This record gives sequence, structure tokens and C-alpha cells, in this order.
Amino acid sequence: MRVNFTVNGRPQDADDVWEGESLLYVLRERMGLPGSKNACEQGECGSCTVRLDGVPVCSCLVAAGQAEGRDVVTVEGLADFAKQRAEHGGCAAGACGTSLQDAQQWQARGTDSQTGEGTQLAPIQQAFIDAGAVQCGFCTPGLLVAADEMLERTPNPTDADIREALSGNLCRCTGYEKIMDAVRLAAARQGEAV
Amino acid sequence: MPSNAPLGTPTKVTQGSPTKGGIGESTLRPDGTLKVTGEFAYSSDMWHEDMLWGQILRSTVAHAEIVSIDTVEALKTPGVYAVMTYDDLPTDVKNYGLEIRDTPVLAHGKVRHHGEPVAIVAADHPETARRAAAKIKVEYRELPVITDESSATAPDAILIHEGRDDHHIGHVPHPNIVHRQPIVRGDVASARERADFIVKGEYTFGMQDQAFLGPESGLAVPAEDGGVDLYIATQWLHSDLKQIAPVLGLPEDKVRMTLSGVGGAFGGREDLSMQIHACLLALRTGKPVKIVYNRFESFFGHVHRHPAKLYYEHGATKDGKLTHLKARIVLDGGAYASASPAVVGNASSLGAGPYVVEDVDIEAIALYTNNPPCGAMRGFGAVQACFAYEAQMDKLADEVGMDRVAFRQLNAMEQGTLMPTGQVVDSPAPVAELLRRVQAMPMPPEQQWLTAGEAADVRQLPGGLSNTTHGEGVVRGVGYAVGIKNVGFSEGFDDYSTAKVRLEVVGGEPVAVVHTAMAEVGQGGVTVHAQIARTELGVTQVTIHPADTQVGSAGSTSASRQTYVTGGAVKNSCELVREKVLELGRRKFGTYHPAWATAELLLEGGKVVTDGGEVLAHLADVLEGETVEIEAEWRHRPTEAFDLHTGQGFGHVQYTFAAHRAVVEVDTELGLVKVIELACAQDVGKALNPLSVVGQIQGGTTQGLGVAVMEEIIVDPKTAKVRNPSFTDYLIPTILDTPTIPVDVLELADDHAPYGLRGIGEAPTLSSTPAVLAAIRNATGLELNRTPVRPEHLTGT
Amino acid sequence: MDFLRPASWEEALAAKAEHPTAVPIAGGTDVMVEINFDHRRPEYLLDLTRVADLYEWEVGEENVRLGASVPYTQIMENLRPELPGLALASHTVASPQIRNRGGVGGNLGTASPAGDAHPALLAAGAEVEAESVRGTRLIPIDAFYTGVKRNALAPDELIRAVHVKKADGPQQYSKVGTRNAMVIAVCAFGLALHPETRTVRTGIGSAAPTPVRAKTAEEFLNAALDEGGFWDNGKVITPSVAKQFADLCAAACNPIDDVRGTASYRRHAVGIMARRTLTWTWESYRGTAARSEGVA
Repeated sequence: MRVNFTVNGRPQDADDVWEGESLLYVLRERMGLPGSKNACEQGECGSCTVRLDGVPVCSCLVAAGQAEGRDVVTVEGLADFAKQRAEHGGCAAGACGTSLQDAQQWQARGTDSQTGEGTQLAPIQQAFIDAGAVQCGFCTPGLLVAADEMLERTPNPTDADIREALSGNLCRCTGYEKIMDAVRLAAARQGEAV
Repeated sequence: MPSNAPLGTPTKVTQGSPTKGGIGESTLRPDGTLKVTGEFAYSSDMWHEDMLWGQILRSTVAHAEIVSIDTVEALKTPGVYAVMTYDDLPTDVKNYGLEIRDTPVLAHGKVRHHGEPVAIVAADHPETARRAAAKIKVEYRELPVITDESSATAPDAILIHEGRDDHHIGHVPHPNIVHRQPIVRGDVASARERADFIVKGEYTFGMQDQAFLGPESGLAVPAEDGGVDLYIATQWLHSDLKQIAPVLGLPEDKVRMTLSGVGGAFGGREDLSMQIHACLLALRTGKPVKIVYNRFESFFGHVHRHPAKLYYEHGATKDGKLTHLKARIVLDGGAYASASPAVVGNASSLGAGPYVVEDVDIEAIALYTNNPPCGAMRGFGAVQACFAYEAQMDKLADEVGMDRVAFRQLNAMEQGTLMPTGQVVDSPAPVAELLRRVQAMPMPPEQQWLTAGEAADVRQLPGGLSNTTHGEGVVRGVGYAVGIKNVGFSEGFDDYSTAKVRLEVVGGEPVAVVHTAMAEVGQGGVTVHAQIARTELGVTQVTIHPADTQVGSAGSTSASRQTYVTGGAVKNSCELVREKVLELGRRKFGTYHPAWATAELLLEGGKVVTDGGEVLAHLADVLEGETVEIEAEWRHRPTEAFDLHTGQGFGHVQYTFAAHRAVVEVDTELGLVKVIELACAQDVGKALNPLSVVGQIQGGTTQGLGVAVMEEIIVDPKTAKVRNPSFTDYLIPTILDTPTIPVDVLELADDHAPYGLRGIGEAPTLSSTPAVLAAIRNATGLELNRTPVRPEHLTGT
Repeated sequence: MDFLRPASWEEALAAKAEHPTAVPIAGGTDVMVEINFDHRRPEYLLDLTRVADLYEWEVGEENVRLGASVPYTQIMENLRPELPGLALASHTVASPQIRNRGGVGGNLGTASPAGDAHPALLAAGAEVEAESVRGTRLIPIDAFYTGVKRNALAPDELIRAVHVKKADGPQQYSKVGTRNAMVIAVCAFGLALHPETRTVRTGIGSAAPTPVRAKTAEEFLNAALDEGGFWDNGKVITPSVAKQFADLCAAACNPIDDVRGTASYRRHAVGIMARRTLTWTWESYRGTAARSEGVA
């Protein structure tokens, strides 16, 4: 079947989608957006968290056909999404997002020692780097989408609030302490900026 | 102790480099930006035009003869390009393995554990591949399952592996025992006579899974030269290569491996998973083949931590001194050997813990059974032993009537202590000090669930959001533990790494390129390598080349060894590059300044300077158009094998220590636990990147917490089948299960190691588990001789 | 596999009538896991996420008519006064991401004994509004669960809504899992006080082949509260009454041993939860009564 929806502000379509495919599979394998991660496919780890019409969901549990006509934000679009939110209080339709061509460039890049230079990041993304909240990084995209949405709703979270909001995102490397630091840091910077 | 124990060569310690971003600073990850934007390419993210999807058919039973395999229907499925079984393997090499090549690439005649690969399929869509695999008919004739020591070593036991010819078969008491290592020192029988108190215990350690978040995956691309390019997540590229190439019938230079992004490892990627399968299908079909396990398959696709039974007897005098230790450690290695021999070596040689005990008789064995294969996981062998000896220390302290921490401190080893293997601990061993530090940390406040309003904050209580208590039945407990782990490969293994370092001038700026085959699995090795290059070469810009097999082996990202060994290799290669640069400088500019010939020269801030700080030349001028490049191997001081009868020998290159204090709150009626705080003190020798060091300690601590209260692969003892291969039923700690983890880092240099550093990754995983168990015992008064502890154990139901 | 996308409730009913084997999917929590893990390959997937009616709720005089797909997050945030037990249960469901999409209709459709909503619905008193092209019927919650993962729906029926009695007294919900968040119930317990009828109702999850009420325990407690005049005098419930109630709740279980817990632990834990939730609800009732009527 054919599926059309908006990803990171841009209309996208996919053909020959098998009816049992998840939104996660379509994003990763058909749209060149592998940032959302597949770690459990059963809604237990949060690595595939995206925003579906603004709401954080596990994209592994969304049938691709259910995304028809909906608006999806993935980690690849998070920086633009945050920028739009800061400037306009929301993401103007079609105005934000990474082009498909840009998004597919991931394959060509290797690791180098450029840290955060020249790349526009959302505050939560920068905070994760600064606080040492990234190790293997596999849980990071889902955590970023979830944490960003939590700070949008709850600008001054308590530690218990942060833990509750992120309790659907498993991390195996960090023991979560640096993730807590990162969210506290992003909240504090957000407070300073206002 | 052996008289020929080698002495290490002290390495020059370069402290406080003035070049920004050098060692000792918390520089940020070079891959951080890519990882937060979703652009970092993990092995499961690889994509290729025209690629096929591979699928593995696995055995549905644990132990059976294969009567027949019928692939006809699968091959007829539209979209299927290849179906392969054992009969399709291209060469005579049909097995692989880390040390013992006992693991079939595809099952031949027999399956030995639940989930063993039997056939592989390549198709144009993963669903097509799954449907085709489901059409393969395998007829099994089931055999009795061997699941424990008594069934494995029974006189009439079926041999898991017939006709063993590996190098352990000569010294094991039964062919279903992979390896046996005794450690015998002194005279336990007479020491026992001196004991005023004797404490015996039998302990059980459950099967833990690494549960890395990025499942096994990779992409194999057939090349025009008949070879194959493999993009893969692994812990050791060259070890994989040595196992893959012979099965494919290709020379090693035709199997080109590149490390892709690795979503965590923790030991679970030391063995091969889908590497050979993807290559076989790619070479068979002539098309790129991608294989990605789902979480269910991942539980069958890698080895787990050895479950263990541990039988311990300690004695102590009235004044609290340990008299002796007699211990027997039985590790279940499952169907294939994997890292079992090394796990046996660690469990036995570290089985006494970080304590002075002169009369010791320890035996460790690993079994072959039909349970899931077990091998490397963070802290292997030492983790299981630590759980047992720390429980013993608490019981002994109580018997003697001493404070539990004071008892440990009284018996703590220190620099100069003899290990039960006869090896002298020849660098700092601050065991008593680590305990003092965790004990001195402030205690977390009581009853943090109380709020200003009427309602309790359930998020601060055992049971959490499930709203099981508002404070009823909740009792606090405190527990302590300390552990000892070896660093690097032991027992005479030639443990080395290779680094290629290039220095050149790009756009007027000196740039260093560091190329190693080190697997970055999240630990931050890439961060540290750049820091070392900055410190040694005095440049700001360092590029880390992607890891591949175009450079020599780096050894495995395991055994807490990469910063030590590959870090050491990078340091060494940088030093060699520096010598060449200075040589160039002397040739070009030596006549202009006498210091070129007389002074100790350094590279700092892009310049050649004297140790007094005088600038002699800019690197750009020294190098001009030239590039200096060195690829060199580096090894730590050699170790030696343990004597097969006495276990004596200089077996380990370095020891590392951590201590924990756990504070828990237990709902004693429901048997639910909330860990409130897990404080850790660890000696790291030298923190090359303090932020990363703390991150490693907190992560390791949390994995220890997991196996204390929730993590266990449950195997049905009647069928040897795994009952909980999913994240729904194999639970790992969420952020609401994880406490605050204050960390106190000591830096007591080991003069044998680069910069004085100590491997850090594993030690925090050891003592975390027994500390949590001790705290739960403290809260409940229960004996609790197994981990993980479950609600039914705490409620007697 | 075919993917059916009805745009309205009528279209959904027509599709289900035409394809009775079609598997309804809304939040995807159960269905997608089964597809992802190759446990199920339905002929038709019937996507209900376009049916707006299912995402709405109406608060009436007696009942809340809760659309089958109203996400748990919405229940927690908007219906806590009317449906306190269900709101508490909703908060224990999986993770925030799942609560954002999953609803009670999925729990009822799957009818797993471990579904988090069931004990709360049993305790509050509810009816399932099932509809097909043949018509609408209300199925009492007590008659809804017919076996392990089986329910009273006909093949052509879909769940439109659940009608839950508005709380007229305190309600509580507890669930035991071996993790402090994101965990499937080892067992769960719901309790609702109904001061208007001077009755209590219970619900037990994951401790029998289906979600069940502890009817003997309810009858015992109803009688004890009545005899002691507790509803009027607002006295503290005597420990012996609480213990007897807890024991009877435990006795109402018919659990199994599985990887999540043992049968005997489940019985034990249900007893503890019964006693605690009784204390919490009764203390709350006494507090409310004390404030409104001045009863000590």
C-alpha cells in the first residue's frame, strides 16, 4: 500500500509498504531516517520514540498505515522543531525539517573530532553532549524526543518528574545519572533564556 | 611465587599538558553530535541499493539429532534468493569459536541449545525472509537435556561434544567440563585448625544478559574481487576476521571489515553472531545482505553471563583475621565454550577477593550443558565470585562480632600482598581506603516519599508508579561490598594493540590522525585517543579514523583494557612520531639553536619547545609538506599461565578495585525493593577523562543493581528452553529503578601503566550486586543466598 | 494482509461485518507486538484511529461514557475525579509513550488477565458498549471476560465505549511488578467504596485465568461494615476485619506459576494489596466524612 505523511515538516510518501510494517520501519528503511532506533519492537525501551501529531509515541507500535496524513517529528528534525518552537511557538506547517536528501547523508559521514561545531542543535541535544549523557548513543534519539517534550510541558521539573517522564526509555550504558544531569542542564538553560 | 615474574617498565608520566583537550580534561565525545542528531550510522542503519535481508532459522528444541531439513518450499517463495544449510558451507572449516572452535556456523546433525542456527535465508523483504524461513521443515529426534553439574558429569551422561581435541581435554575430569582451574596455596587443613569461627555458604548467581540496546546487525557487500566488505558492530574486528575468513574460504585480506556504530556491547559482542551468515548469503547471491536481529532473536544471538553455584568456606580467628578459604565455583558454560576457559581463570584466581588469606584451596570449573551458551559479560568470573565472598564477609564479621566494614578493612589486601596465585600485587591496592570513603559519604535523607500534602510520592517508594505502598512495611537497609578485577588479557595471552598515527599540516595547522581497530562501543575510547594525541603531539586538531581491518589488531574492547592497551599503543605511536618530528627539526633547524641538541624537547601548542618552555620552531615549519606516519604495536608486560594443578603464576597484568555502599528501602510485606542510593569509590590510577570515568562507574554500578533485583534469563530445567526472551519479561532497570550514584574517584598511579592509569569499566559491576544484597539482608534479616532476589524470596512465598 | 481504514464508526462496523476476522488496531500496544514478533498475521487490520468518536468521553449524571480509544494519559489528566480507580490504573500502564496511545478498548479487546484497566473497571462497576451492524448492547463487566484472552464480543462486534459508574466514594488501585515502572502486572488489585449503596467492589488482575472480583470478600466486608455501623460512625476498620477481607481476597485468586511470579506469591500479594487499599480508601472515606459531616 501507499502511505503519505509529514515528517519533520516535509510531506513524504512510501510505496509498496507491507501492511504489517511499523512506522519505525518506514522511517528507517524507506525514508532514509534511521535516527529512530529499533531496540525492542515491543514498546518496552522507548528508543524509537517520535512525536505523532505532537504526542510522544513508540513508532514501533504504530502501524505504518495509521500514520497516513499525520505529522511526525523524529530526532533528525528535533533541532529544527525546537528552533521553530522558540521562534514561533510551534512548527509552522512545512516550514521546518530536514530535506530527505540531507537526511540521507548520514551514510557518508564517519567519526571525526568536530564536536558540535557548525551543527544547529536543540538545547536538549547540546545538553546531552555537554553532560556526558551519551555513551553508545542507541537510546539517545528516543530519550531526546521524550525529554524535549517533557521540558515543553514541564519547564521546571523535579527529579521525580524527570524520572517519571523518562521511565519509558531504557538506557544500558549510563546508569541514567548523566541523563538526569543533561535534562536538569537543559531546563536550567531554558530558564535562563526566558 | 615464580622467581621469573617479569617486572614492568615504568612509563614516563606526562602530567598537566598545556595543550587544550589533552589527558585529564573532560573533553566531549567526538561522535556526540552525530549521536544526538540521529546521524551516527549504527550497524543496523546500513543500507545499500539492491540489498537483501537475511533471516536465520533457529532450533526450537535444546538438544536433538537433526533427522532432516527440507528447504524446497522455502526456496520456491517469490522474493527468496538463497536458502543455505550446513551442506552449503563452502569449505571444510565449519565451526568457529573464540578459543575453542566448537560452534557450528549452521547446525550439523545435532543441535545443542535452544535457538541454535540451523538454516539461513536471503530475500528482498524481511517479511518474505521470515515467511520463507518458517517454511523450512526440520525434523528433530529429541535427546535428554543436560542442565546442571550432576546431569553433565553423570557416568552415562551424553557428551555435549564428542571427540573433543581442544587443549583443555587433557586436564578436565569429564568431557562435559570445558576447563578446570585449581588455585592451591598453603595448607587449608591445618589453617582450619586455627580458626575460631568457620562460615560456610552455598550461593547461586542467575544468568544475566548484556541487554545492549542495539541488537546484532550488519551488512555484507560482495566485492568484485571475490571478497566481501562487512560493516559490523563487534568488540574485536581482528578476532572476528580470523574466525570468518576460513569458513568463507577467503584469505583475510579479502574480508574487509569496518566497524559500524555499536549500540553497546558489555561482552555480548565478543563472539560472532550474524557475521558469517551475512557474508555467506552475500557471496552466494552476489548481492549485499543485511541482517538485523530483533530483541527476541538477540536473546538467542549472543552468549550470556555464566550462571554459577558457589560453595564457600571461610575461617577467622577471634580477633577477626581470615585463616583460610576453601571454595568451589561451578560455572554453567552452556552448549559452546565461548570465553568459558578465561571465565574459569578469573573466577578461581580472583575467588578470594581483595583480602589477605594465606591458606587457600579454590577450584573453578565450567560445564558444557544444553543451556544457552555463556561467555563474556562485564566483570566475568570475578562478578560471580564477588557475590559469594562478600556475603561470606558479612556472615564472618557477624560471627566474630565486628563491624562489617571494619572486618573487611582488617583483612584488606594492599600493595605488596600476595595473591592466592603467588603473584605480588605490585601497584596501589587501596581496598581499606575505598571502603572508608564510601562509608564516609553522607547518608541519603530518610522517607523521601513524604510530601507537603497528604499523599505519598509513590515514585520515591518501592513499587514506584504501581502504587503498592504509601510507606507501609517499608524498612531501610544499608550494605557494603568491595571487589577485585583483573585488567587486560591474562594467563600468558599475547595482549597487544596497534596504532597508526599520522602528523601533517593542513591549511597551515598541524593535524594528527589516529587510526586503530579499537571497537568504540560507547565507552569513549575515541575521546581518550584524541586526548592522548593532543597531549603527546601538542596539536589541537585530532581526527579519529574509523576503525577497520586496514590497520593492525587492537585486541578486544573488553577486560577493562582498551584505555590501557590501545591507549598505550596510541601514546607509543605518538612518541615515535614525535621522535621523527624532532629528528626532522634537528636536521632543518639544529644549527640555529643549541637547545635542539641539548635540551629535552616537547611538542606543545603546535610548536617544538624545550622543557623550560622556550619555543624552538612551529610544527608547520618543521613539517612543511611532509607527513610523518607510524604504525606500531604496543604490549603491556607479559603474564604467564596458571599452573594447571596449583594455579600459581604471574597471571594478571593489573588489578582494579571498587567499593560500594548501597542504601535500599524494602517493602517487607510485598518483597519489593527500591534502591535509594548506590555510592561508589574506585581507584582509577589516572582519570584520562573524568566525565567518562564517572559515566563508566555509574553504568557498571547500574548493571550490578539489575542482577541484584530483577535481571535473569530463566531457563526451564526440564527442556533447557529460554522462557523470557523479551524486554517484557527480561527486565533491566529503568530510570525510576536507578538511584543517585555518587562517585568518589581515587587516582593512585600504577607505575607500570601508561599515565599510571587503571582499567575501570568492570570493577563497579562487581561490588554493586553484593552491596545491594547486603542492604536487603540488612533490611529484612533474611539470608538471601541467590541473586537476583525476587519478591517471593523476600516474602517466603 | 489488508489494511482497512474506516473514516467513521459506521464504516468501521460495516468493515467488521464484512470481515469478521479483521483485527482492530488502535494504540497498537498488543497488536503491533504480535506482528513485529511474527506471532500473528491477521488477514485484515482494521485501523480505528480515524474514528473520532472513539477518542471522546461524556460525563453524565450516573456514568462516564468513555470512548474505547481515549488514551490512558487523557484518563489520568481529565477523569481523575470521576474515575479515580481507573485513573490510578492508567498511571501504572507501561510507559508514558504507551499511555499516550493506548486505551481501555485495547485492554478489553485483548482481555489478557494482566490488563491494567480490568480490576479498576470491575471495582467501579462498568458496562462495555459493544456494537455491530446488528445493533448495540451493553455487556456487564462481570460477564465480559470469558476465558484466558477471551471476551464476550461476537465476531462482528467492536467496542464503542465503556460506561463506568462515576465514583461516589474513594477508589484505589495497586499493582505488583518486579520493576518500579514499565512493568506487566504480576498481580493487581482494585477497590472501590460505594457509600451510596453502602457496598464495596473489588477487582483482581493477573491472579486467575480472567480478571475476577473477590465476591466472598465483598460480601463479608459489606456485612461487617453494615453490622458495625461503620458507614455511619466512620470508625477505623478493625484489624481483624481487614485481615479477614484480605484473606478472602487472596482466596479468590486462582493463579499460576510463571516467569513473572509464583502462584503463592500472587495470592500473598493480593492479600497485602487488599488490606492496604482498604485502609487507604477507608481512611479517605473517614476523612471526607469527617469534613462534610463532622464525624470523628
